[in-house]
Amino acid sequence: MDSITVVVAVSTFTAGTAVAVGGIGPARGLGEALAKALEAIARQPEAAGQITRTLFVGMALIESVVIYAFVIGLIILFANPLMGYIVK
Amino acid sequence: MNKIGIFPETAFSIGPVQVTDTVVTTWLVMLLIAATSCLLTRRLALRPSLTQEIVESLFEAVEKTIKEVLPVDPWLVVPVLGTLWIFIGFSNLTGLLPGLKAPTADINTTCAFAVISFSLTHVYGIMLEGVGGYLQHYREPTWFLFPFHLMAEITRTVALAVRLFGNMLSGDMIALILLGVVGFLVPIPFAMLHIVIGLIQAYIFGILTLVFIAGGVTPESERRT
Repeated sequence: MDSITVVVAVSTFTAGTAVAVGGIGPARGLGEALAKALEAIARQPEAAGQITRTLFVGMALIESVVIYAFVIGLIILFANPLMGYIVK
Repeated sequence: MNKIGIFPETAFSIGPVQVTDTVVTTWLVMLLIAATSCLLTRRLALRPSLTQEIVESLFEAVEKTIKEVLPVDPWLVVPVLGTLWIFIGFSNLTGLLPGLKAPTADINTTCAFAVISFSLTHVYGIMLEGVGGYLQHYREPTWFLFPFHLMAEITRTVALAVRLFGNMLSGDMIALILLGVVGFLVPIPFAMLHIVIGLIQAYIFGILTLVFIAGGVTPESERRT
């Protein structure tokens, strides 16, 4: 295998793995946050507006973790900085 | 929306200046919003018509959201945040039209929005608290945490930009890949999901900006009247 093949193969594998592994934690976190918010709304329906707003903000913050993984995957696939060393 | 890529493509160039398709779409959205606003505000009346009623209720919702978070006159912030919400919302939905790419699926646009949000935090903080009062909140619990305040300023701005960019780009990409694999009826549910995600992301961008602004302002409970 020449070096381009190795870099392409490893990059493709890593990009997929990054999104897959990076998605596990945030998915569990989002589920837990939503479950807790539903419990809170069921207990105090009059505070539903404030709980929903806080939930959205919190979910956005959790979700950004998996978005970082996704963006890193994109960088590896479409703008791989290592290719510059090999393709001269 | 013809090719998968994370960089904007050059639509045309005027001399050495290259105009990307993002700029073209952004100006289209701006024209659309400006024209709609002109049409809607042309015939204002004290006994509102149905369209006026709808638009007014939209702005009352914005005002109510801000009033719940900020302890000051909401109309100081409503024009800016309303613009952010409406503009990002429209931009996100542009990606659904065939042949157009959402301007927010370009990292340059979202970085510009994040810089606006970053500046707003400081401008409102200084406007409402004064320079000295605003700088106070950097040493809030102890001086020891000052570097962490600075780090938070940078990371939350980068996070704002990357979050909006990643969400919009992923929606566009899923639609494109599905169109390549199965073109018939299957992409429709994903397009519907993309509508929801686009609106929620616009809401989240605005509300995070609002929360950051509120973070630099003394809360009501500690305010002496």
